[in-house]
Amino acid sequence: MKRVLVAMSGGVDSSVAAALALAQGYEVVGATMKLWGGPSDSGCCSVADVEDARRVCQQLGVAHHVFNFTAEFEREVVARYVSAHEQAATPNPCISCNAHLKFDRFFERARQLGFDMIATGHHARVTCTDGVFRLRRGHDPAKDQSYVLYMLGQQQLSSLELPVGEMTKAQVRAVAADLRLRTAAKADSQDVCFISRQGGRQAFLGERIPVRPGRLVGKDGSDFGEVPELELLTVGQRRGLGTAVTGPERRYVVGVDLATRTATLGSLEDLLVAEIPVADVSWSAAPVPAGTAVMVQASAHGRPLAARWQPSRPHAGRVVLEERARRIAPGQAVVLYEGDIVLGGGTVPLPA
Amino acid sequence: MGAYLDHAATTPLGAAAREAITPWLGELFGNPSGSHPVAARARSALDDVRDVLAQALGTVAGDLVFTSGGTEAANLAVLGRLSHTPGAVVVSAVEHHAVLEAAHVAQRLHGADVRVVGVNAQGQVDLDQLGAALDRSVSLVSVQLVNNEVGTVQPLDRVARLVRRRAPQAVLHTDAVQAVPWFDIAAMAEGADMISISAHKFGGPQGVGALAFRRPVALGATLVGGPQERGRRAGTQNVAGALGMAAAMEATAAERSREAARVRELRDGLVSEILGRLRGVRETAAGAERAPGHCHLLVDGVESEALLVLLGGMGVSASAGSACASGAMEPSHVLTAMGYSETEALGALRLTLGHTTTAEEVEYAAGAVVRAVEQLRRGARMPVAAAPGP
Repeated sequence: MKRVLVAMSGGVDSSVAAALALAQGYEVVGATMKLWGGPSDSGCCSVADVEDARRVCQQLGVAHHVFNFTAEFEREVVARYVSAHEQAATPNPCISCNAHLKFDRFFERARQLGFDMIATGHHARVTCTDGVFRLRRGHDPAKDQSYVLYMLGQQQLSSLELPVGEMTKAQVRAVAADLRLRTAAKADSQDVCFISRQGGRQAFLGERIPVRPGRLVGKDGSDFGEVPELELLTVGQRRGLGTAVTGPERRYVVGVDLATRTATLGSLEDLLVAEIPVADVSWSAAPVPAGTAVMVQASAHGRPLAARWQPSRPHAGRVVLEERARRIAPGQAVVLYEGDIVLGGGTVPLPA
Repeated sequence: MGAYLDHAATTPLGAAAREAITPWLGELFGNPSGSHPVAARARSALDDVRDVLAQALGTVAGDLVFTSGGTEAANLAVLGRLSHTPGAVVVSAVEHHAVLEAAHVAQRLHGADVRVVGVNAQGQVDLDQLGAALDRSVSLVSVQLVNNEVGTVQPLDRVARLVRRRAPQAVLHTDAVQAVPWFDIAAMAEGADMISISAHKFGGPQGVGALAFRRPVALGATLVGGPQERGRRAGTQNVAGALGMAAAMEATAAERSREAARVRELRDGLVSEILGRLRGVRETAAGAERAPGHCHLLVDGVESEALLVLLGGMGVSASAGSACASGAMEPSHVLTAMGYSETEALGALRLTLGHTTTAEEVEYAAGAVVRAVEQLRRGARMPVAAAPGP
């Protein structure tokens, strides 16, 4: 019998993933990662979430363990998040967490403990054709999480079960309710888990890096006043730019320069680009040849755009868009799809 | 086959305790505070066992407060004393959290100056540092008898002499929770003013403990309400639990020297078996006098969190020493105080033997530890699995 270690957050998706893996005949063990040691909206150390995962495991009659990965989380996710802001990038910490914690640290721990596979509650699917594993979009378009899993390679995909990927969220909740799992009606987690709603990003970063004012300037050098926290601005942002930014024309942040402590504002037209640079590219299977037609997604629930892939160096290149689209902030992930298959992805680099 | 080697966490209920408790979970009952014959019956039973325990702990005139366990006893010693007599609090760095957290609360609530005294590499309290921390402003000193993680015995008589000389007005509390199965507390804690114990560490039931007074100590209550326990601990006493605790104490005392020798031999065998078969394993506090049941190891290149999972899978109950509210392992404050790095501390393995431990269990556990450590060090790669469904 195959042994599967299920990563359980204490939410409904991973609860159902564990139940389904068990129903498929796997030998199942649940494990919850303790990731964030600081204050959060779900309480200190998210003890309540760990307890939910443990109670679900007890109900399913499977063992449950807690792994303390707070040191790695601090180093690989929080520190990267903070230092990215120091460079005026807009990082996606969920992607770092998947890359370094869930599908690296947790994966290694599962191996060490002799498990054959791991399973998670992500809404995505893994298929295999002719020995090649493919990551595909989840069945529920509103919940699809393939974007945040783009870094998974063959080794990880070959040992990964995503039991809820074929289901809609409503079906997941229905299964949980049928099984009377205590997490059936639990609200979905939202936002960045280590940033509390009360203080927000501003308070979190303000405690860790100097967050200082900057000037807003037009493309022609005209002055639009000051923003109190230049490090928190994101390319493409329109709101929260202060009272000096008025008039009938909508103005967007088109660039942030921490060296000169300015953010450049422009029109929507100024924001549009014909291509997006991508660095730190990883491929799900083989690298995609130059000129391949792909669909590109640049945010968790962004609209896919038609483009062609143009590599420049190993693990870097650009996507050339069929139609111009809004600029993507440095630090954001760009994921390449062919239909519902994830080909790979990377990160928008800081401007040279 | 399995092995239960977590007796320092809790040890199975002994036969004597079960026998003493059972009637009070059945036909016998009564609130010791009442004035009728049913109450008197309970009161009489409680007073009898109070004397038994007081004597075992070397206290005069049966001065002993029943509590819900070791934590409450330690809380009462620290916070009860500080709420009555403000001043500085001196604690060793390797005290149980029940003492350390209580000291922090005393700081917050009573403005106590908390002085934490370091330990040497064996976990023994540094007497020079202790001497320097003692002066006439000290209200309470708390030094454990036996460390719960590594098993080191503290030089309590020397601690007591220092306290008498440098801080004669201070009260000395000792957390004897881990010491009862192995040592004669009346003799060993002679210099202490207050002693905390917990029944389930020596074959009694969970949920009952005591704070014993060797000398009169003026104390504020930490639980308030009725006048039970001479106003020092409100709430109806756990009569069945107290009876079980006293029976366990008597049984422990009767068997103690034999059991200590038997378990010490098993422990030494366990240690030499593991050290003989595995490289990169160190015994912690090996140079100190230790509780006979404690085996504490640091395993290089292995995370105890993973080791415990594998051992559990083989039926071996062990511990790493410290866990947080979620159940995740935390680097131990005891090992940190002893000078070990966080990385070293994350490879801690605590195996604690007790009254039910057999030679077969120890042999099995040694083999399991060797197998588990070897597996983790190999870092077995997950094989590439067959294709999942479409």
